[in-house]
Amino acid sequence: MIISKHLLGLEGVQREEISLILKTAQSFKEVLTRPIPKVPTLRGKTIVNLFFEASTRTRISFELAEKRLSADSINFTTSGSSVAKGETLKDTVRNIEAMKIDIVVIRHQASGAAHFLAQCLDAGVINAGDGQHEHPTQGLLDMMTLQEKFGRLQGLKVAIVGDITHSRVARSNIHGLMTMGAAVAICGPATLLPRDIPAAFGGDLIVFKKVDEAIRWADAVNVLRLQLERQKSGLLPSLREYAMHFGVTRRRLEAAKKDVVIMHPGPINRGVELESDLADSEFSVILDQVTNGVAVRMAVLYLKSGGEQEVVNGNGL
Amino acid sequence: MYTSDYKIKAVLMDDKSLNRTLSRLAHQIVESNRGAENLVFVGILTRGVQIAERLIEKIEPIEGRRLPLGMLDITFYRDDMLRKLKKPRVQATNIPFDIDGKVVMLVDDVLYTGRTIRAALDALMDFGRPARIQLAVLIDRGHRELPIEADFIGQEVKTTAGEEVRVKLKNVDGEDGVYLVEALSETKIQASQ
Repeated sequence: MIISKHLLGLEGVQREEISLILKTAQSFKEVLTRPIPKVPTLRGKTIVNLFFEASTRTRISFELAEKRLSADSINFTTSGSSVAKGETLKDTVRNIEAMKIDIVVIRHQASGAAHFLAQCLDAGVINAGDGQHEHPTQGLLDMMTLQEKFGRLQGLKVAIVGDITHSRVARSNIHGLMTMGAAVAICGPATLLPRDIPAAFGGDLIVFKKVDEAIRWADAVNVLRLQLERQKSGLLPSLREYAMHFGVTRRRLEAAKKDVVIMHPGPINRGVELESDLADSEFSVILDQVTNGVAVRMAVLYLKSGGEQEVVNGNGL
Repeated sequence: MYTSDYKIKAVLMDDKSLNRTLSRLAHQIVESNRGAENLVFVGILTRGVQIAERLIEKIEPIEGRRLPLGMLDITFYRDDMLRKLKKPRVQATNIPFDIDGKVVMLVDDVLYTGRTIRAALDALMDFGRPARIQLAVLIDRGHRELPIEADFIGQEVKTTAGEEVRVKLKNVDGEDGVYLVEALSETKIQASQ
């Protein structure tokens, strides 16, 4: 199997490659439990984390993954940088690449930023979230967490609840999970449900108008963060109303399957999309998601380093 | 890396002689360590684990207990990551015991350049501080590139660089035997250097 040197999104990534990433991530998860949780695998590789948008968890997770792999990593944030002086994305990155970089990890507010970089750079590009498009490593870590909990993805029923239209997490999850043979449903206020995604899957993607229906149906509920600015833009009457109609609560979970799993990509608006108590309950795998995030990112960086390569069995040195 | 195109030049061991060799190695290991008190086994995936398991089975009736077995994948410690090689699939490392203060018997099928063993030694050091690490291999085919030697050797074989020693084991390959083969495609030679 040949794998690309970029990870721009999960749309179009083959099932075999997703399986390989998830399996490799399991091996890295074991590395993280060792007395010395670090391997020399990417010694001599240089990785730049380009974050044009605020991020805590994703940036720390990538940074930790890079350090655990012994890569040299550099962080670039927009505040106080040349971007503040008006430099374009292309110029910024080409200048950085001139310093001999192997991989660029990019988070950007514009959808398509990672694709754009992949076209103008020789280095591998890993998308750490681009606008409302995709957040592939989040999709992968969600799938890894589900696979650990249920032992399979095939046939698993996953409901994604919240602002689907503006969510890159939702898009990556939908593409990845559908490729892996899971059943996926989306649920949210009509103003925040996209028309294009269900159409793209030709009716395979289920749409629930009521969160209770989604909860009753699902093996796992992935609750999205409600971005507070949606209220200002008139797509929501109020946060309280959202919480009342779409908030995932313990009371609503009474109708769910007994071993239902609650996921959230963070950061949580406690009491809005997710009842505070539920986030810390036995149903929650939110912290497993965070742990798996480091392992998944190590797997992606390992598999994507060194350019486009064939993956083979055996270890003949 | 095993290629599919090859020609068998010699049978180095058949199932009977392989079994005899493993029995001898098991006795040597126990004798030289004056028992198996502090001994644990770590096999290098894939075939090192199978050989370690067979040695443990043979030591069990001698010492009256089954010694612990760990599995080690050395992929993350390879020294050729910066070269344009094919990317190996990673297998699961599993060392379910503490190696601090233990005598670790590291086991592999074929000892060649010594680079795999170097990687395995580095990996083991990340798990703790063993009292001692010893190396047991079924075949030593020479051509070392690093100052590494085995403590227990099934058979030494003189080989050329174009040749390859292929170990087949029941649990993985469906048969027991060791063959000296010649790779017919060039990919093999590049991959093993």
